[in-house]
Amino acid sequence: MSTPEKDRGDRSPWNWLLIVPIILPLLPFLYNANDPRLFGFPRFYWLQLAFIAVGVACTTIVYRMTKRRR
Amino acid sequence: MSAHLTEIIVFVTLFLGVSGMGFVAARWRRPHSLASLDEWGLGGRSFGSWITWFLIGGDLYTAYTFVAVPALLWGAGATGFFAMPYTVITYPLVFLVLIRLWSVSHVHGFVTPADFVRARFGSPTLALLVAITGIVATMPYIALQLVGIEAVLKSMGVSGHLPIVIAFAILAAYTYQSGLRAPALIAFVKDSLIYIVILAAVIVIPWKLGGWGTIFDAAEAKFAATPAPGDGTLLNANNQVQYVTLALGSALALFLYPHSVTGVLASRNRDVIKRNMSALPLYSLLLGLIALLGYMAIAAGVKPITTAGKPDNNTIVPQLFDQVFPDWFTGVAYAAIGIGALVPAAIMSIAAANLFTRNIYREYVKPDASDADEARVSKITSLLVKIGAVLFIVFLDTGFSIDLQLIGGVIILQTFPAVALGLYTRWFHRSGLIAGWIAGMSTGVLLLYNIGNPATGKLHFAGSAFPLANLGLDTKVTVYAGLLALAVNLLVAALGTIIVRAAGVAEGDDATRPDHYVADESDPRIKDLDLTP
Repeated sequence: MSTPEKDRGDRSPWNWLLIVPIILPLLPFLYNANDPRLFGFPRFYWLQLAFIAVGVACTTIVYRMTKRRR
Repeated sequence: MSAHLTEIIVFVTLFLGVSGMGFVAARWRRPHSLASLDEWGLGGRSFGSWITWFLIGGDLYTAYTFVAVPALLWGAGATGFFAMPYTVITYPLVFLVLIRLWSVSHVHGFVTPADFVRARFGSPTLALLVAITGIVATMPYIALQLVGIEAVLKSMGVSGHLPIVIAFAILAAYTYQSGLRAPALIAFVKDSLIYIVILAAVIVIPWKLGGWGTIFDAAEAKFAATPAPGDGTLLNANNQVQYVTLALGSALALFLYPHSVTGVLASRNRDVIKRNMSALPLYSLLLGLIALLGYMAIAAGVKPITTAGKPDNNTIVPQLFDQVFPDWFTGVAYAAIGIGALVPAAIMSIAAANLFTRNIYREYVKPDASDADEARVSKITSLLVKIGAVLFIVFLDTGFSIDLQLIGGVIILQTFPAVALGLYTRWFHRSGLIAGWIAGMSTGVLLLYNIGNPATGKLHFAGSAFPLANLGLDTKVTVYAGLLALAVNLLVAALGTIIVRAAGVAEGDDATRPDHYVADESDPRIKDLDLTP
């Protein structure tokens, strides 16, 4: 068996950032409203679509910051 | 018939073209031999970022999703939009959890989530339960893919079950021959078609209807005019909890489904998975726009096709396309949905077949099965699984498949403690987990059985929104039944663990080590090590 290297692992404080896109969509008081509208979309729709971008940003940042150096 | 001739010609041409690709796929990325589950069932565990993106995207966003989600918005409004928070939550969870499953599977050569459970908790029984749960949850899901094809065929004026049987026979044949490479290759075409169709739809349709504002206003007016209390373009005080618990529960369930695990395990390394968690949400954006097709259908005054006096809401999107697009493009759109059914159906049948082979056949029938034996059994099982799905649709009411799929989501969630928590902690005792599984399963099915819908006169299995009033609480709030069942499961598993440990019941062996959960492509596999003396 290979010997595990000490510095390896998947723990990183950056991972906490992933909590943001998990929690945001679970808070309906943020988005359950009509106004303001954006391009005709009620807030309920445009804000939840915008959460996709939040998710992408968070996973991308965590990926970059936790990338192993080779 | 003749009114839809152009559509039918385009549909059949694209469908056959793609089927040809399915057969050729066996030679794509030339494997040494397809006679092992690693090759046939996981595409050689070698897919890079692009292939994985198309494969997982094609796998998770199914034809059924494309017709059912807009149908939900068309019928009830905001509650159907839960697919948005659901798919936003999923990716960070996969990023944290499934990536560990990839690593430990790479080291140990696991093919299914049940393989992992067996090694982690040293319990073939628990693995068997996980495998059976996976197979039972997947079967109706495959059957529902046929519902997607059926909705399209109906809109082209084609009725009867024969076309579906033919489509599935072709699918079965090339999956048998090419394994996971077939859906991986087809996914390129399917997703390209879907992206083109949806982009055209969200530009052309609002422009024709007078803008997004008009579309949302039309939807609001429709729901305001109905007597139903639960619909509307926004949530109300009673369905918000259901909305978020359903989103969370579905997100947790999604990555426990055997077919998502198969998609993830087929990727080459950890980086591929991580990069994809940033790129896959593009599909969520697509899904969000597809969902809104339901409102566009309202604004355009589209009516669903009625057969035998029953309106089929799933035909809303095909009917909308038929109304606004020229015939040839409607044909392309229908082909996109039809082919969209094939990719997930293929992956799901492969995943279910792998569960059977690894955790039932090899465990209980032939423990010394060779790689070639495993591949052979999986190939045959994948055929049987598809025949089963066709029989579902042909002999049972479509509504029955939808009920079963609903139950499927709830029961697959009951493997969460063993699979997802098991990737992080070995604290649970195998006996506790088995007790928790039994408790969670019974609770889940019992809750679903007791959910009725007075509006449709359906007494049982009428949805997943469990009214807390049934528990004696003075409220109209509803909660997703799957999460309640999971809570019971976790409680029993934890109490069971404490009790059996106090009683000194033997722990199973744990074949994994902490560093296995972070291993990457270049790290040694146990199998390779066995071969070198």
